[in-house]
Amino acid sequence: MNFATSPVLELKLPVWRSRLLALVIFCGFAVLAGRAVYLQGLHNDFLQAKGESRYGRIIEISANRGRITDRHGEVLAVSTPVKSIWAIPDEVRLEQPQLARLAALLEMPPQEIRKRIDETGRDFVFIKRQIPPQVADRVAELRIPGLFQNREYRRYYPGGEVMAHVLGFTGAEDAGQEGVELAFQHHLAGKPGSRRVIRDRLGQIVEDVEGIRAAQEGKDLSLALDAKIQSLAFSQLKAAVDQHRAKAGSIVVLDILSGEVLALASLPTYNPNNRARLSGAQLRNRAVTDTFEPGSTLKPFTIAVALESGRLTPQSTIQTAPGSLTIGTATIRDAHAGGLLTVEQIIQKSSNVGAAKIALSLPAESMWNLFQSVGFGAAPRLGFPGEANGRVRSYKSWRPIEQATMAYGHGISVSLLQLAHAYSVFARDGEMIPLSLMRGGAPRTPQVVISAETAHRVRHMLELAVQPGGTAPRAQIMGYRIAGKTGTAHKQENGSYAANKYVSSFVGFAPASSPRLVIAVMIDEPSNGQYYGGAVAAPVFARVMEGALRLTGVPPDAPMNPIELPAEGQEVKESI
Amino acid sequence: MVRLNLLLLALLTACALGLVTSQHKARKLFVEIEEEQERARGLEVEYGQLQLEASTWAKHTRVERIASQALRMRSPDAKHIQSVPRKAQAAGAAQ
Repeated sequence: MNFATSPVLELKLPVWRSRLLALVIFCGFAVLAGRAVYLQGLHNDFLQAKGESRYGRIIEISANRGRITDRHGEVLAVSTPVKSIWAIPDEVRLEQPQLARLAALLEMPPQEIRKRIDETGRDFVFIKRQIPPQVADRVAELRIPGLFQNREYRRYYPGGEVMAHVLGFTGAEDAGQEGVELAFQHHLAGKPGSRRVIRDRLGQIVEDVEGIRAAQEGKDLSLALDAKIQSLAFSQLKAAVDQHRAKAGSIVVLDILSGEVLALASLPTYNPNNRARLSGAQLRNRAVTDTFEPGSTLKPFTIAVALESGRLTPQSTIQTAPGSLTIGTATIRDAHAGGLLTVEQIIQKSSNVGAAKIALSLPAESMWNLFQSVGFGAAPRLGFPGEANGRVRSYKSWRPIEQATMAYGHGISVSLLQLAHAYSVFARDGEMIPLSLMRGGAPRTPQVVISAETAHRVRHMLELAVQPGGTAPRAQIMGYRIAGKTGTAHKQENGSYAANKYVSSFVGFAPASSPRLVIAVMIDEPSNGQYYGGAVAAPVFARVMEGALRLTGVPPDAPMNPIELPAEGQEVKESI
Repeated sequence: MVRLNLLLLALLTACALGLVTSQHKARKLFVEIEEEQERARGLEVEYGQLQLEASTWAKHTRVERIASQALRMRSPDAKHIQSVPRKAQAAGAAQ
């Protein structure tokens, strides 16, 4: 029996039954198709995201903060990863032997750890922060449930307190808070990035899907600072501050050929690696942020104005007898009456009366102009936070007594950095060069302020001031010609001058035949008997200058004669 | 016609297998490069730590203390220093 004659086909079924069945099947297909369209087309994004979250991961790429090095590439600040151990107290299962091992690894008393973990009501607690990665790895090996680790960066300063004020430090989140760290934050800071990757079931990254944000490593910074000179300057300053029981002190060393800052130190200081219990006094970068009345170190500028105007020559004489000068109600005094002094001798013996008389013969405007153009009254713009402007009032409001006192550095305030910078006008044949904290960089154009002839004449006077017969014979160095000037000033307190509080300073440069380095030293409130700049600050200058000249390889320009010092009690006392 | 289809099917299968192998190879290589990059980062970190260690050991105050106390060294006086002018240096180099 063949198929066509099967009796089943003979059955006459109603037509609607087959139609209904076809419709039902069609509907079924329609639903499936609709679902497919919904999943593949309309709901696509959600499903793809879900799928990707099974294997895709976004991982953070950390970026290192740049290193800071000195001019010879010695590392002054470097960031290195450390780990922090933290816990979710409710999840921690810690038995006695494990607790003991953990305590030994973290160098903490076991009770302390127990106390932190038992703190209820918190779901996050740090056990210990900033531990070395090796220790963290051994902690991880203990496999304590509920204990986790975080990767952080910690900044180390191998120079410690010696460099503290220049470098500053970073705070939380690796952001600079003081000094160079703050000033060059944008240069040093890295930008962390992230990328999307595919991980396999072993947790290995098998494919890079896309970089969401590229990580940017912080750039390294090469300072103009010379770590050896800095270290020498710091140790000599510290010795002097201790010896004279001074309240504070600072020192600046400049290379005036390039305008680079070779050393910059202030006391009191702090250890940037351990900043617990810091006081404001320790944090202050005095050489840059504090101003003081410089005293006699300003006289050379008055003399320069006089020489520049052509009114006086170095051999012109000024009558300083009887050693005092009364203007209105105020009297200016010399330490000892000098009689008829040449302009040269006024610098050499540091006569206040002489300087005041010269100043009074000059137009106020020309003095003010020179003060402005050597940088007094304007921040040096090195980039340090809180650079002091100093105070130089406009010449239009000067009274005669003020003009006279300004001639020897009173009624005007400057920072030590400004003072050192200003002396470069004599060291550089009348030019001023902008200062820089960074090594190299674009060449800076010097600006002519006074004539080379005037600069040479003042330089010669400054040489006389450090020779026997001057106020600072202790600034001499064997083998080099030195030029410099002492300053000793009463400190201002509550609007008047304190009788027995002084600021002693010395600014000088060497070698005088072809100057290379300027060093300025300031000692605040020496209170161990001596307070003259020539006795307190000049020896620091001499020792630092001697070492710095050798370290920079400057050839000697004078015969190796032993230094002549005046006999005890014969020293020339400078006028205050 | 059937023969052509079979040929194309074989070609397709071969291509598909090739794709799978090359993808696998690419991933293996990628894992390797990831490992090497991780190692490079680790070395960079170690370099930083070693630099830190070096400059801690070479700290000037430490060097000076050891030189003056343990080794009894001192810096020479100016009169014990003989400086050689540049001209002589050049002549010395020429010899």
